[in-house]
Amino acid sequence: MKALVWHGAQDIRCDSVPDPRIEDDRDAIIKVTACAICGSDLHLYDHFMPGMEKGDVMGHEFMGEVVETGRGLNGTLRKGERVVIPFIITCGECDQCKRGFFSVCERSNRNGHLAAKAFGHPTAGLFGYTHLTGGYQGGQAEYVRVPMADRTHIKVPDELSDEQVLFLGDIFPTGWQAAVQADIQPTDTVAIWGAGPVGQMAIRSAILLGAKQVVCIDRVPERLEMARAGGAITIDNSTESTVERLNQLTAGKGPEKCIDAVGMEAHAPRALEQAYDRVKQALMLESDRATVLREMIYVCRPAGILSIPGVYGGLVDKIPMGALMNKGLTVRTGQTHVNRWTDDLVKRIADGQIDPSFVITHRGSLEDGPELYKTFRDKKDNCIKVVLRP
Amino acid sequence: MPASPSRPAPSAHPLTSDRRRRPDPTTLQVARGLGWFSLALGVAEVTCGDAIARWLGMPRSGPLVRAYGVREIVQGAGILGSQDPTPWIWARVAGDGLDIATVLPGLADDRHRGNALFALAALGGVTALDVLCAQGLSHAPLNPSEAVRADYGRRSGFPKGVEAMRGVANDVRPMDIIGPEAMRPWTSAA
Repeated sequence: MKALVWHGAQDIRCDSVPDPRIEDDRDAIIKVTACAICGSDLHLYDHFMPGMEKGDVMGHEFMGEVVETGRGLNGTLRKGERVVIPFIITCGECDQCKRGFFSVCERSNRNGHLAAKAFGHPTAGLFGYTHLTGGYQGGQAEYVRVPMADRTHIKVPDELSDEQVLFLGDIFPTGWQAAVQADIQPTDTVAIWGAGPVGQMAIRSAILLGAKQVVCIDRVPERLEMARAGGAITIDNSTESTVERLNQLTAGKGPEKCIDAVGMEAHAPRALEQAYDRVKQALMLESDRATVLREMIYVCRPAGILSIPGVYGGLVDKIPMGALMNKGLTVRTGQTHVNRWTDDLVKRIADGQIDPSFVITHRGSLEDGPELYKTFRDKKDNCIKVVLRP
Repeated sequence: MPASPSRPAPSAHPLTSDRRRRPDPTTLQVARGLGWFSLALGVAEVTCGDAIARWLGMPRSGPLVRAYGVREIVQGAGILGSQDPTPWIWARVAGDGLDIATVLPGLADDRHRGNALFALAALGGVTALDVLCAQGLSHAPLNPSEAVRADYGRRSGFPKGVEAMRGVANDVRPMDIIGPEAMRPWTSAA
């Protein structure tokens, strides 16, 4: 079969690889009908995340049709059913899964010992996202093996198109969880850093959850345009001061809720800060650039909440702990507990409350994938979200 | 499902950018700084070429250093005077390579090895800055065209409109995530 395969930094190729096969009774094989390139795939593309190996198949946002099932699925999934696959693999049986904290499933990461070395404890297995998270092959392919498939799936109604439901596997519930865990009140100003796909979903989620005012910070004009379309006030941090504008918009008090939808590869608008972080990264003295975290801590209203869906992989530097502690800020973060939210979100799409396909700007085949990775990474041609059809 | 006004319509003509890049101000500041650095270094090399060559242990290379100085002045003027400094910064990267190759033989001269090492360290730092700046400029996003702005400006994601959807999900309050209740605000602040 054809698949997008990681060969090294900025080197992803459309290769022929062996078809996946059932390896465990709880497995299913999915014929992929649509898959997306996620912003977090770019951390692998640029090799910011450790733990990739040559030959790994990329992709964790995908959907398709069940074509083969293991003997242990007990009727939960049948051939021919149409499913979106969440990017996290969940066993459904461990303590964390029973509590609904699927992204920290204790059993699905077959390389949990590696994750435990890095993070202290294992976290859930992920598709196509390094050997720290299990080394499972990803979904930017014609077929995928889905482990623990009896729990790792989202059934979707036939009347909804692939493009309407595809993002239930990652960016939509990720933006949703980011907004939900910010505990948005009707009087809140919610500031969202990053107008990429997750930021766009977080804006719409904050509106649905009833925020009085949503403010989005970015520097890419077409992304800011799309953010405004979704109801956000925008700040172009290449031309104006984020802190000054946020204070203006909140009578000097700062936003109650701040969401970091940027993560480890943030660009600082201040030359000195950007140079500092780039040099420390180059010297391997830090792995992630904490620009957005610093700004959120500084500008957030005391007793406010910081929600962090943006991906971080390792160590950051110069976190203003004094401000964080003395302002009494609450930090909520984590990979997304996808299945916790998706039943509700499917209904909201079916009810016409939201149509997540608004974010798609580029479409292509798997063969187009390597070029579209570059287009997406470089934000060329107004690229915000890429969907591939194998 | 009825067609949603927010869904992107498939287009026979893909939306394209105009061809101007929009680097972030940080990268532009660095580029301008490198431009002034080029000018200053170039003037120094042109006026003190012989002394610099002797300091590096290459007493017969004065004319070469002065030629490099002219190159630096041209590059500096190019960076500061052009609308798009990208090719000029890449030219600096190439020049850095030439400079390093010129200084390297100085390591074999016992009397001037320290000076050559100092010069190579400085060149290494400047080269790293040049490469980072050139990459930042080359990867900067293109400006969106008017057609793109208009299209993205219609993509609300809310088929029934933004204001109709504000607060429709305000009953979503998973207490195990947003709790404990005792720590939540007593009132919504005005």
